Amino acid sequence: MDFLVENGAALLFYLFAAIAVIGALGVVTLRNPMYGAISLLMTFLAVAALFLLRHAEFVGIVQIFVYGGGIMVLFLFVIMLVNLHRLRDVRLFGGQAPAVAVLATLLFVVFGWVFVQARFGPPNPDPRVLDTVGMERLGNSQAVSWALFTQNLLPFEIASIFLLVAMIGAVVLGRRQ
Amino acid sequence: MLEITTNHYLVLSALLFTIGLFGIASRKNMITVLMSIELVLNSVNLNLVAFSYQLSDLTGQVFAIFTITVAAGEAAVGLGILIAVFRLRETTALDRSAELKG
Repeated sequence: MDFLVENGAALLFYLFAAIAVIGALGVVTLRNPMYGAISLLMTFLAVAALFLLRHAEFVGIVQIFVYGGGIMVLFLFVIMLVNLHRLRDVRLFGGQAPAVAVLATLLFVVFGWVFVQARFGPPNPDPRVLDTVGMERLGNSQAVSWALFTQNLLPFEIASIFLLVAMIGAVVLGRRQ
Repeated sequence: MLEITTNHYLVLSALLFTIGLFGIASRKNMITVLMSIELVLNSVNLNLVAFSYQLSDLTGQVFAIFTITVAAGEAAVGLGILIAVFRLRETTALDRSAELKG
């Protein structure tokens, strides 16, 4: 029991990391895209939990809203729109799959080697910066909003124009000719 | 006491990234390829948040929100293209739409 309490954060990390990896493997290996989408939802939620464990509460909630809510509904709609019976006789992997698997494994070994070797030292002594506005500790959402609307106002406005363009583009693409 | 360092997050995100990359390059179904792209973008977000914590700097979290925005737009346009292609060819298999292949 003491072990569980003492290492709670670490055990939660391993739990959610395992869920995320299993979900990701499901996305790339399951034949039915519907199961793949549910598996992807599992990964999204696990990654949101991993964000929470790193003091990114606002990003975690946005992840659940936007990915778990918006993007997932979009995927499920499209999967239901296209006729799934036609997918059954489609080959799962292309001919290049074994080569891609080898290359991806190699890439992971290289990444992993570098990342395991890297030494960052302990995290910055004061992680409270992540929820402080000025001198006051108000919470992560307020701190992120403050950073978003002061230092990053121009990128924020560009993002809104980008969303408008994407919306118009999607409507035009989906229209019947 | 077990401790989770930034390295743990980096290795996990590398694993998700390579799984997503494998999905993008090997699957034949367009919907699955789009879902794999979401996986890759998500693994990048994991890195940004991990470094935001490591450096006590909010910029990483703000950047993660921009990445989520771009991912949402990309999903909408990608699925729009998928619907258009499906109307034209009655299939979502990628190798059936290879006119631009050199």
